[in-house]
Amino acid sequence: MNTRSTHAPIIQMQNIEKHFGAVIALAGVSIDVYPGECHCLLGDNGAGKSTFIKTMSGVHTPTKGEIIFDGQPMNFNDPRDAMEAGIATVHQHLAMIPLMSVSRNFFMGNEPVKKIAGLSFFDKDLADRVTMEEMRKMGINLRGPDQAVGTLSGGERQTVAISRAVYFGAKVLILDEPTSALGVRQTSNVLATIDKVRKQGVAVVFITHNVRHALAVGDRFTVLNRGQTLGTAQRGQITPEELQDMMAGGQELATLEGSLGGTV
Amino acid sequence: MSDTSSNSTDERIKEISSFRQALIRPELGGIVGTIAVFAFFLLFAFDSGMFNSQGVMNWSIVSAQFMIIAVGACLLMIAGEFDLSVGSMIGFAGMIIAILGVTLGYPMWLAIIITFALCVAIGALNGFIVIRTGLPSFIVTLAFLFILRGFTIFLPQTIERKTIIGGIREAAEGDPLASVFGGKIFGNVFNWMGDAGIIATFQRGTRAGDPVVDGIPMLIVWAILLVIFGHVLLTKTKFGNWIFASGGDPEAARNSGVPVNKVKMLMFMFTAFCACVFATCQVMEFGSAGADRGLLKEFEAIIAVVIGGALLTGGYGSVLGAALGALIFGVVQQGLFFAGVESSLFRVFLGVILLAAVILNTYIRRMITGER
Ligand SMILES: Nc1ncnc2c1ncn2[C@@H]1O[C@H](COP(=O)(O)OP(=O)(O)O)[C@@H](O)[C@H]1O
Ligand SMILES: [Mg+2]
Repeated sequence: MNTRSTHAPIIQMQNIEKHFGAVIALAGVSIDVYPGECHCLLGDNGAGKSTFIKTMSGVHTPTKGEIIFDGQPMNFNDPRDAMEAGIATVHQHLAMIPLMSVSRNFFMGNEPVKKIAGLSFFDKDLADRVTMEEMRKMGINLRGPDQAVGTLSGGERQTVAISRAVYFGAKVLILDEPTSALGVRQTSNVLATIDKVRKQGVAVVFITHNVRHALAVGDRFTVLNRGQTLGTAQRGQITPEELQDMMAGGQELATLEGSLGGTV
Repeated sequence: MSDTSSNSTDERIKEISSFRQALIRPELGGIVGTIAVFAFFLLFAFDSGMFNSQGVMNWSIVSAQFMIIAVGACLLMIAGEFDLSVGSMIGFAGMIIAILGVTLGYPMWLAIIITFALCVAIGALNGFIVIRTGLPSFIVTLAFLFILRGFTIFLPQTIERKTIIGGIREAAEGDPLASVFGGKIFGNVFNWMGDAGIIATFQRGTRAGDPVVDGIPMLIVWAILLVIFGHVLLTKTKFGNWIFASGGDPEAARNSGVPVNKVKMLMFMFTAFCACVFATCQVMEFGSAGADRGLLKEFEAIIAVVIGGALLTGGYGSVLGAALGALIFGVVQQGLFFAGVESSLFRVFLGVILLAAVILNTYIRRMITGER
């Protein structure tokens, strides 16, 4: 990917710190993400990945550090601000409502309305049409727009959530462990979806603790460990074994620093 | 719809017959129940007077009462919460109207407006506490069940030294707002039907020649309007989608930008509003307020809603279903009376049908979500 030299980063996180009382969840983490790249955020459980992306999506305000979005310093006070700016997050478990139809889920929080006699009503026809179309683009064949999300597989649910975010104009798409509960085939569907989305010019932040999933779609890789970043590596500059070692605690940090090529 | 399903052959999605799919809807229990109940009483109590003009009006009024509180309870339950204080709220609202309008001599319209404002504010307080503390609404509103009932007994006893305040009809004479709750409409139509011999008329006395049923009480009008309002709000508006989402999974809804707290708060207020409509119609009809009014109404509302197909866990249900649940209630309660069956058996019926409905709903839920 050579987008880096031609584009400016869409979002820059600079020396982000987050303290929860006495717990230092993030101790100065910096990354930047470019449009059209898939930036993988790796790390073991408790490394601070979720906390980090929550500061990115406006759930937490950082204790210290700066967020620069589209060239402007940003202060998100709640997730809605971030969403309106174009930062969308797909959470692993909390993205879809099983009892509701795909089309109602797709437009949840962004319902299209039409005016009848001065009153505004939910434009169900439009919602149904768009949902069917977007799902077909992502390779999901629905029985109908009224099909409940509960009947979809975990991977399909992730795909619905991702295509929803993209449809509503996400410039940065954050995926928090979208593959960790999925089987092989569903995982490859989600990875294929990530690839499609990236090719549309969306900046993807892909969180995982699975090195193989990361290497399958990632352009760059940042490893978090105990609230600190161990550096960002480009695709092709790092082997799966090295990534794995970094996640495991950076015992081989000294040897790795050389191979990271000064991108730390 | 049919063309998309024919050209998409995903082997993981089993074909579901259109008949079975038509069954997967929240109103199923309500529709089946309504047909069964009417069939039963038409067969066994047709000659009892249940289906002449008076009889129809009789069970229609009772059903309409159930409907008014069921609409509020239904939307609230779909939004993921309960309100156990509905019954006490009914008693409380009626008593406040009586104290303001009779004891303190306020104009009735003012008494009604103040009462509505007070009740909706208490509904908001219920919602506020639930949202702020994160406690189950079951507990919070149970507390208000006792608090409101306590005041409903305490206030008239302290002020008037009795627990029933009468004289409301006299105080409401000619009041424009009071007639919105206590009046009747279509009197002319009923007069005409009486003259034409379609419905029964009084044979003797000062009202000889007048129809026995002389109009549609505003109570029924309120019930119909609230059902239409609730149904349209839930299924045809953006806010309706938010109600489903808030009850289905509040976290997911919040993540998608749905103002879950606001939705829940408004539904608590709407439930209180419905209870207040019920109470106002009731005191206008009876002409008095009693400290024991509305007892157990919260459970009857919840049962009607569950018969109507709503899940107790929230996120799924139907206002039309709840209205059918209320209709079933009204018809059975009054039907047993017409059929001369011991009225205590109504409670047995309630328990049995509640159990049947919950089991059916669980089954429907599994069909929808594909869980096992
Ligand atoms: N709201 C919070 N309050 C206190 N501590 C928190 C909070 N959120 C996260 N933490 C702590 O921050 C650390 C990083 O957690 P998290 O970001 O969820 O890790 P990951 O997503 O990488 O598994 C953990 O030690 C966790 O206990
Ligand atoms: Mg996490």
